[in-house]
Amino acid sequence: MTTEYWRWKEYNWKNPDIDWKDAKNITVGVDVGSVSSQAVIMTDGELYAYSNMRTGSDSPESAENALDWALKDTGMTLDNILYAVGTGYGRVNVPFADRAITEIACHGRGANFMYGPTVRTILDMGGQDCKVIQVDEKGKVQEFLMNDKCAAGTGRGMEVFADLLEIPIEDIGELSFQVDEEPEPVSSTCVIFAKTEATGLLRQGWPKNDVLAAYCSAMALRVVALIERVGVEEDFAITGGIAKNAGVVKRLTGYLNLEALQPKHDTQIAGALGGALFAQTLAVKEGKVPS
Amino acid sequence: MKANYGYHDGSGDFFITIDSNLCTGCVECISSCPADVLEMITDDYDDVVAAVKDEHRKKIKYSCAECKPVDEQPPLPCVAACEPGAITHSW
Ligand code: SF4
Ligand code: SF4
Repeated sequence: MTTEYWRWKEYNWKNPDIDWKDAKNITVGVDVGSVSSQAVIMTDGELYAYSNMRTGSDSPESAENALDWALKDTGMTLDNILYAVGTGYGRVNVPFADRAITEIACHGRGANFMYGPTVRTILDMGGQDCKVIQVDEKGKVQEFLMNDKCAAGTGRGMEVFADLLEIPIEDIGELSFQVDEEPEPVSSTCVIFAKTEATGLLRQGWPKNDVLAAYCSAMALRVVALIERVGVEEDFAITGGIAKNAGVVKRLTGYLNLEALQPKHDTQIAGALGGALFAQTLAVKEGKVPS
Repeated sequence: MKANYGYHDGSGDFFITIDSNLCTGCVECISSCPADVLEMITDDYDDVVAAVKDEHRKKIKYSCAECKPVDEQPPLPCVAACEPGAITHSW
């Protein structure tokens, strides 16, 4: 079998301190993205359980798998859930969802919970797009910009690179700092061209780590251009899969000359978490929560 | 909420910004647009506002080309139609 260097680990988590049977308001948010899908379960405003999985070829099935995995070993079933919100690229294909809400609004709300009410600018680097979102103290979106025209600055772009260089995706960030001198960023912003450029550099005898460094900084620069269009107001937070890649994050915050807040939870769940939070409010509003 | 629809690429920034705090939902911009770029949506906060259609977001530079000749630029129909000034273009 060939090694799949781009493959990251799927997993689930549950809060051992919560007994969901005591909860009145149980909701779920499911974020079906182009690359990964997450389900987040909330009980009375608290984070209870979540899962993070790869999106399959079928959106409804991916949504169900993510939910099943989050429910695993909890004893809870879909029947216990009062309200479900679907979000992300596949949001209209979540079979059990009561409502679909865009990932922009969900990320705003999710980041507000994850990082607290001081967060004002959120950069989300997802599987296939990149978003800059400004929120108020309640997590309500004030301005947003989404770039999904090309894969640079996205998880998919990183996966292409992991595969090309035969380096596990989790190691890219660290290795990209193991260079004698920071190289110039690759000049291409398009992943396809950047890949060709990287292949050329390898052929010229560049060490892999230098190529990684050049690519990470090119991605960071590109994202900086997007952020500057909307403007950045602190506190600043990064969500999405790339938030875990220090190679991009450290260069990015360096260029912007600011620090990103440290997340309390997995940065990939921000959208689903926001969905579960909207669901908490909607369940009350629509009279589904027993008093 | 200010929504920026469009993209950034090697040739520049191509965004149409619609400010839902200013948009009154009058639909004037929709009928003014020769390329059928705009539509009304109900956003996540239940406001009925104008937006750039999904299928135009990745090619907005080309969708709006007719209104933006390279030489003398006349006022853009959508911007001119919008009394509260909710629409701006980045290019
Ligand atoms: S510039 Fe012209 S084509 Fe573009 S949205 Fe405005 S009216 Fe429509
Ligand atoms: S013309 Fe202006 S106010 Fe009227 S719908 Fe369009 S954007 Fe909104």
